[in-house]
Amino acid sequence: MTALSHYLLLSALLFSVGLAGALARRNAIMVLIGIELMLNAANLNFIAFWRFHQNPASLDGPLMVLFSLAIAAAEAAVGLALIIHLHRRFKTTQLEQVRNLRG
Amino acid sequence: MSLTFVITALWTAVLAIAAMTLRNLIHCALCLVGTLIGLAVIYLQLDAQFIAFSQMLVYVGAISVLVVFAMLLTKSSETQAEPRGNKAWAHGLGIASMVFLVLAASFSASTVGKAADPGPRELPVAALGQSLMTTHVLPLELIALLLTSAMIGAAVLALHDRPKNPGDPRPNP
Amino acid sequence: MEALDQIWVTLKHSALGVLPAALRGWASILLSIGPLVGAFAGLFALTTLVERKLLGRIQNRPGPNRVGPFGILQPAADGLKAVFKENVVPRAADRLVYTLAPVVMVIPAILALAVIPVGRNMTALDLDAGVLYFFAVGAGAELAVFMAGWASRNKYALLGAMRALAQMISYELPLILSTIPVLMLTGTLSPSKIVEAQNAYSFGLAQWHVFTPWGFAAFWLFLIAGMAEANRSPFDIPEGESEIVAGHLIEYSGFKFALFFLGEYLGLFAMTSLAITLFLGGWTAPVSFLAWIPSWMWFFAKLTVLMLFFIWVRGTVPRLRIDQLMNFAWKLMLPLSLINIVNAGLWHHLGSGPLRWLVSATLVVAPYFLLGQGLAARARWAPRTYRWVE
Repeated sequence: MTALSHYLLLSALLFSVGLAGALARRNAIMVLIGIELMLNAANLNFIAFWRFHQNPASLDGPLMVLFSLAIAAAEAAVGLALIIHLHRRFKTTQLEQVRNLRG
Repeated sequence: MSLTFVITALWTAVLAIAAMTLRNLIHCALCLVGTLIGLAVIYLQLDAQFIAFSQMLVYVGAISVLVVFAMLLTKSSETQAEPRGNKAWAHGLGIASMVFLVLAASFSASTVGKAADPGPRELPVAALGQSLMTTHVLPLELIALLLTSAMIGAAVLALHDRPKNPGDPRPNP
Repeated sequence: MEALDQIWVTLKHSALGVLPAALRGWASILLSIGPLVGAFAGLFALTTLVERKLLGRIQNRPGPNRVGPFGILQPAADGLKAVFKENVVPRAADRLVYTLAPVVMVIPAILALAVIPVGRNMTALDLDAGVLYFFAVGAGAELAVFMAGWASRNKYALLGAMRALAQMISYELPLILSTIPVLMLTGTLSPSKIVEAQNAYSFGLAQWHVFTPWGFAAFWLFLIAGMAEANRSPFDIPEGESEIVAGHLIEYSGFKFALFFLGEYLGLFAMTSLAITLFLGGWTAPVSFLAWIPSWMWFFAKLTVLMLFFIWVRGTVPRLRIDQLMNFAWKLMLPLSLINIVNAGLWHHLGSGPLRWLVSATLVVAPYFLLGQGLAARARWAPRTYRWVE
């Protein structure tokens, strides 16, 4: 049957895909999508470890994931509001062109 | 590896890669939605039903809608001229593959990962509610504070600037 | 009457007994889902006809009466027309998303019907977190609306889709918040247990949640928010034919349009079924001396009454403008549903006597009037501003 290591491998794959996208894409919203993928990979990790834990009464995994969900929602809201505001100010969402503070 | 896990994991992984590499941003957002649904199904396989439904409600129902709205409001829905094979992609892929190799090696080599399956778990919603209200009440209140301030902050940030005299056009349209 | 009450359950068990043991798992699933989906699809066909006849009568005309006696075969004619009509796809449309949007609309509506207790022991999927599952699959409909509007590559479609999306997410908050008092006071998220909690009778009248002050307020809040979620008149500005030429559905014709129609009505049925489960006692009878009527008959009777009410509202109330709609959701329904949660908490803790009825009723009536007066007094003409095309 499916062992814990398979779920962890999937979580590692999702994390690295999210990391690659967050580093490589130029659009700010794509970076945010990459960050969401990374958060989801970590959530999967928590749930997988909870499921295979020996103590049947511990609820730490799902609790951690609930808080992570709420924080991700708050972060996505503020991040997207920032991107909309950036677009209004700089007329672009490409991160390389937002360089007023550079150097 | 059971068949359901293989199918769901393939669906999730393929859509995640598509979400990060497609050119059309709205397609990327829709592939992200597919990835999140795949993850919800994996949570169902892991006996965490409450978390699966919360994931659908919060991520698919709210955050994806936010992402799509932001794409439309910032005119990112047109196809982006994103050249492939540039340095950013090389760096990104390089770092990500190193991270993946380290993680995969450690997960495959560990003994915890090969431990026996302790059997199906139960996640009673009442128990979650109990612990949220008794032992974990401080994080709950902090999350409430965080969400309220994030909501107010996001609304303030995204608000249009008011013109100085009524009747003027908006600054920074 | 016990046999008639459980007739569907006994039919399913006898059918399972006939089959070999290997097929029993799959057959059990199919036998639970098939009749349920069939019943609701049949109800959909009947509702389209009844709606057109009733709307016609409200507007002083007879409604469809050509196809079959009293227009009974009209749904069949409509279905045939939808299948054979020409399927016009715009050349610039995004083919994959355009074709997937109706599918993504219909599937959540059917999935949501799985947790509804249609009768005693007749829940297709008895989940511990059933109400949360219901709202989780409801999130698919919003996505479908956006997909339809964007894939059509049409400015009106996109505008209609954005309005529909804004309306749906605005009304999702009062929808979910108005169910919180019920979940608080029954202490469970499972619809079958919520119906069981309403299966008691005091002085011959059932203990439905709608017969309590907070439940009455919550029921109406839920119903209005459900109407808005399903884009149903008077909240149908996103698909109004006279305003925005059917909004996100402009470029859809033939079978795909019929699928959208089906998805919208099935979503309405699902929302109404949840309202019946949470507030109107599901399959229980309202008075104890009528409890011999089978439970599933009571459920469908309540569903029919609520559908007639929706048709009545559609024919009577004029369409709301988008800003009126949004103000209604955020400024009136959201505060009322939050106050209702406090109200339900007070109801639980004030013992059981006339005091809690008085306090609860006051907390329902007073905010409604005060908020209504306050909001109406502040509505005045805003100074005229101009926005230049960017």
